[in-house]
Amino acid sequence: MVISLRRKNKHIGSHVVMCIWCLVVLFPIWVLLINSFKTRLTIYTNPFWVPEKWNFGNYSTVFKDGNFLLYFKNSLVVVVLSLALVLIVSSFASFALANWKGKASRRLYLFFIAGMMLPIKIASIKLLEIMRALGLLNTIWSLVPIYVAMGLPIGIFILTEFIREVPRDLTEAAIIDGSSYVRVFTTITIPLTRPALSTVAIYNLIPFWNDLWFPLIFINDEKQKTLLLGVTRLFGQYQTDWSKVLAVLTLSAIPVLALYLCMSKQFIQGVTAGAVKG
Amino acid sequence: MSKKKNSIIPHGNYWIIYVLPALLFYVVFMAWPLLDSLRLSLFTGNNIATRKFIGFGNFVRLFTEETSRARYWGAFVHTWYFFFIHMLVQNCLGILFAVILTNATMKGRQFYQTVIFIPTTFAVLVTGYLWKLLLNPVWCGDVLSKMHLSFLVRPWLGESTTALTSVALISCWQWMGIPTMMFVAALRNIPEDCIEAADIEGANAWQLFAHVKLPMILPVVGMIAILTFVNNFNAFDVVFATENVNGAPSYSTDLIGTLFYRVGIAGQHPIGIPDTGMGAAIATITFIVLLLGVLPVLKATQREQ
Repeated sequence: MVISLRRKNKHIGSHVVMCIWCLVVLFPIWVLLINSFKTRLTIYTNPFWVPEKWNFGNYSTVFKDGNFLLYFKNSLVVVVLSLALVLIVSSFASFALANWKGKASRRLYLFFIAGMMLPIKIASIKLLEIMRALGLLNTIWSLVPIYVAMGLPIGIFILTEFIREVPRDLTEAAIIDGSSYVRVFTTITIPLTRPALSTVAIYNLIPFWNDLWFPLIFINDEKQKTLLLGVTRLFGQYQTDWSKVLAVLTLSAIPVLALYLCMSKQFIQGVTAGAVKG
Repeated sequence: MSKKKNSIIPHGNYWIIYVLPALLFYVVFMAWPLLDSLRLSLFTGNNIATRKFIGFGNFVRLFTEETSRARYWGAFVHTWYFFFIHMLVQNCLGILFAVILTNATMKGRQFYQTVIFIPTTFAVLVTGYLWKLLLNPVWCGDVLSKMHLSFLVRPWLGESTTALTSVALISCWQWMGIPTMMFVAALRNIPEDCIEAADIEGANAWQLFAHVKLPMILPVVGMIAILTFVNNFNAFDVVFATENVNGAPSYSTDLIGTLFYRVGIAGQHPIGIPDTGMGAAIATITFIVLLLGVLPVLKATQREQ
């Protein structure tokens, strides 16, 4: 009786709560989008509704002056390279840590995992010195090794757990057939762990793409700026013209947002991966 | 034959080669810099060649010089306040949303989930700049006054009484998706029969939550408390975007993250030269606070493991 009553419940209260929050989320995004198509002054006279005359000039200005495309390219290079390195390096390590039984293996695993809790920002002063010594300061290459180190703990955590679940018979059969471990790794383990690899990539994509801290403290050179660092510069430049600022913000948010809207399930699963087993 | 047998279970040294690249990146760019930053807090001087050991001198200076002591405690208290706002707003709403979203008979859950998570994909900088416009009384003040909503027209980010709360709420708006989705994942893992049993016994929604669901997701609650704690002690971007690195107005939004940036990396007004020793001292204290905060929560909530 109780259960059948509950089934009929339309959850009106729940829908009200959710709708209010959706408004809280979507209203600022609506403001961001529509006001980027207005002019410097019309955003003040008509703040909330669609522009009377659509103005695409803000976007074309952003592309014309400013190094927007250059910033974009720099970010893309850094993020793609860092993600590739995280995936390669952590899958090698995870393959070893999952197959190698022993105290040393367990300790190494815990040593890596500890990195998930440690915020690397605390080490910034030393990292600044290391990058200066390596001559990488003021280049986008200074960001890559740091992002790799940042991404490794979660990569090793997810991949090791995943590889442990690959049936041992499968690996052993291949070894008995004369395959080397390297072959097992490339032909059996890697194809089987593809879903976990994409989880690791998605988990790290947002912090890499959206990182401001390390570009801010490492890079000064205009030609080497990442997208977000470039956004801070353009913000200063357009400060008196909010419609242009909003165009810059929209353009910088679109890549990850578009990716998210295309594959929101994988995104949500990827970002929450750390908690489910932890 | 015997050769093959050996290769089935290779021992230690064989696997080292696989782990080595990861170990190299991790040690050189994470573990060692972290530990060495702790060591640097005992030195003074920005130049490696002229660096001098001064024991706890940096810490003594940090807590005895009048301005630096005031700044440090100011930032420390603000950071805790920032953290509590997140626990209160972000994580409590996160649990509420997650309970709603795991209701199997409710329609439109997929849509709500997708929307809740959107701000998380934005850079903090973008969110910060956007809210800087939204909370600007000059922008929509006239229109809101005409709609009889003039109580909303205030320089929320410009008054020291409201600035820190506003910045914290902006950050909650951004990160809401993460605790929500983590709680959703945890709630889905609760065995169906536990909930059914309570249902048959006639438990109402609140009892079901307080006595069945919450105890079962406690490890995830602890995990999220830790994540929130660690992230807030490093918050920087949101203050950088909405205010500035000085934690304007009059240091009311200064967090440990911004203080660390000014002292250790950018250099303070009016000298403009970073004090690496003092910066490292601030980082060291943060490190200790994080350890002291994280370990007990880990112990209390992750017992099953």
